[in-house]
Amino acid sequence: MDRPAPPAQPELEREFSERIAADERIEPRDWMPDGYRATLVRQIAQHAHSEIVGMQPEGNWITRAPSLRRKAILVAKVQDEAGHGLYLYSAAETLGADRSRLLDLLHEGRQKYSTIFNYPATSWADVAAIGWLVDGAAIMNQVPLTRCSYGPYARAMTRVCKEESFHQRQGFEAMSVLAKGTSAQRRMAQDALDRWWWPALMMFGPPDGQSPNSAQSMAWGIKRFSNDELRQRFVDATVPQAEHLGLQIPDPQLHRDGEHYRTGEIDWTEFQEVMRGNGPCNRQRLAARVRAHEDGAWVREAAAAYAEKHPAAA
Amino acid sequence: MTSPLWEVFVRSRRGLSHTHVGSLRAPDAHMALRNARDVYTRRQEGTSIWVVPSSQIVASSPQEKDSFFDPAGDKPYRHPTFYDVPEGLTHL
Amino acid sequence: MTVSPLPEVDAPADLDVSAYALRLGDDALVLAQQLCTWAARAPELEQDVALLNLALDLLGQARSLLSYAGSREGRDRSEDDLAFLRDEPGFVNALLMEVDGGDFARTMARQLYASAHAVLLWSSLHESADEQLAGIAGKAVKEAAYHLDHARSWVVRLGDGTAESARRMQVGLDELWPYTFELFEIDPLISRLTARGVVADPALLEPRWRSIVSDVVGEATLRLPESTWRPTGGRSGRHTEGFGYLLAEMQHLHRSHPGASW
Ligand SMILES: [Fe+2]
Ligand SMILES: [Fe+2]
Repeated sequence: MDRPAPPAQPELEREFSERIAADERIEPRDWMPDGYRATLVRQIAQHAHSEIVGMQPEGNWITRAPSLRRKAILVAKVQDEAGHGLYLYSAAETLGADRSRLLDLLHEGRQKYSTIFNYPATSWADVAAIGWLVDGAAIMNQVPLTRCSYGPYARAMTRVCKEESFHQRQGFEAMSVLAKGTSAQRRMAQDALDRWWWPALMMFGPPDGQSPNSAQSMAWGIKRFSNDELRQRFVDATVPQAEHLGLQIPDPQLHRDGEHYRTGEIDWTEFQEVMRGNGPCNRQRLAARVRAHEDGAWVREAAAAYAEKHPAAA
Repeated sequence: MTSPLWEVFVRSRRGLSHTHVGSLRAPDAHMALRNARDVYTRRQEGTSIWVVPSSQIVASSPQEKDSFFDPAGDKPYRHPTFYDVPEGLTHL
Repeated sequence: MTVSPLPEVDAPADLDVSAYALRLGDDALVLAQQLCTWAARAPELEQDVALLNLALDLLGQARSLLSYAGSREGRDRSEDDLAFLRDEPGFVNALLMEVDGGDFARTMARQLYASAHAVLLWSSLHESADEQLAGIAGKAVKEAAYHLDHARSWVVRLGDGTAESARRMQVGLDELWPYTFELFEIDPLISRLTARGVVADPALLEPRWRSIVSDVVGEATLRLPESTWRPTGGRSGRHTEGFGYLLAEMQHLHRSHPGASW
């Protein structure tokens, strides 16, 4: 039977736009503009990279966790992040990308991951602060993505968000134990908040005026809220939590403004520097990723060789 | 060196059908099933798992959607709501 | 996350049962600690998830066993007291669990030896005269069966993969083999508990363990190692040099804040 001739380009574009306008999902085999595909691949890949590089700062503390309960929670959390990376690489693959190619781009420094993971986790309280603030900010960013116009990304994010909620809670719980603990523990908690607060605010990306791709992503239904909107939501949600903990947000200009909290100026030059590779841990994180990948090459080769020798292995 | 891609379907509990949950990479079927167990059922999400090589999935094309799915649109008599039921009668 | 049910017992102190639970708890804890070092550096993402699953199962077992050991000791020590406040001579894990995990092949060799032993041990303890141990065993035996399946899958793939992977897998099996003898040792504690029906005779487990392991090694097209060297001492607190580093890393934070809660 003859296949119907593929519809002409304008027809396809019209269908795509109508779908976006009707808030319907785009699925892998649908026609989509090249820019839409490329934007998604880049965003999903960088999101996936962030999940797996993000295992490092907390992963460092698993072997040192101060109680067996905390150790188990941290293992489960770090493990989830590996799972998130995997869900996201899978979503990127539905767009024709290939995981090993995307990993190469990460390892060659040609694709980025979230700047937040280039800061060191030097005390146990950092593990708590990461869960509370970093996962908290990630959830703010990710919940709207469950309604992203691209179906596989939206579905992956639904799964991620479901798992993510325990991450923030365990972080907040660990933080409140420290805040109510010995004076050394309280100092540790405050010090972690001091170091993670500003980098957490930067996780939402540059201010709206300087975020060149945002408008197009909004129009495509990939992004639902602007960087500044999401950042404001995070601040409004987090300030009362810090007050509850009895910890001081390291911002003398922080003040209430009606139902919002307004922060002082974010140091965007620091953000740019970390983006450029000059954060405290950029080199270390990337080197650890590359080493894991290279050290594992012989294992992956062995598994492939075995599969070839035993095609029916099941 | 890239392992093949597998699609994962999980039956969340008895009485429900297997539902597509995502994909993963594995060198062979044995490992794919085990990886699926570890990746997709850590929170008791499943009672049974299928894995299928992604390359084995045959999918309808969005371009064929008119000839595939539109013809079903004009057959309302397939649905029970098409028929009038006299008021007061039950078990129909 | 699911926390394994911690036994709540009012049973009277029983130093033998406590000492035995401590051995098993230390085995699980030390092996979990070793697997945790793979976080964020597994050969592929799927194995990051899989290895941490194994670690979580073992950590759950360790917590149940250490809590139980504490409760039958009569000294009111918690799982954390036992995990973080004992020095090396107080630990009674088998040496197999503490020696360096090395590369992925060596890690899988240890997983094979340890999980084949665990499957047999837990299924025998399921019938233990000690109800709490039998209960812990009921859950642990299912976990161990999966761990064995995981280890078998990898030992076979590495053994029958490339020349390089076969070489590494054989080295891993060879280097850890001497440490397996300790798993089947009989000392006065084991004799007393065997007589009470709490523990199955280790001599009965050994041939079955050997047959599981040699089947896997055969399928992997590798050689079953041999060794006249049979290092021992873990069960009586005599450890390897490296063990101090493992404990230092695991315990330093807890010990730096005496009495603190986390
Ligand atoms: Fe995540
Ligand atoms: Fe998270």
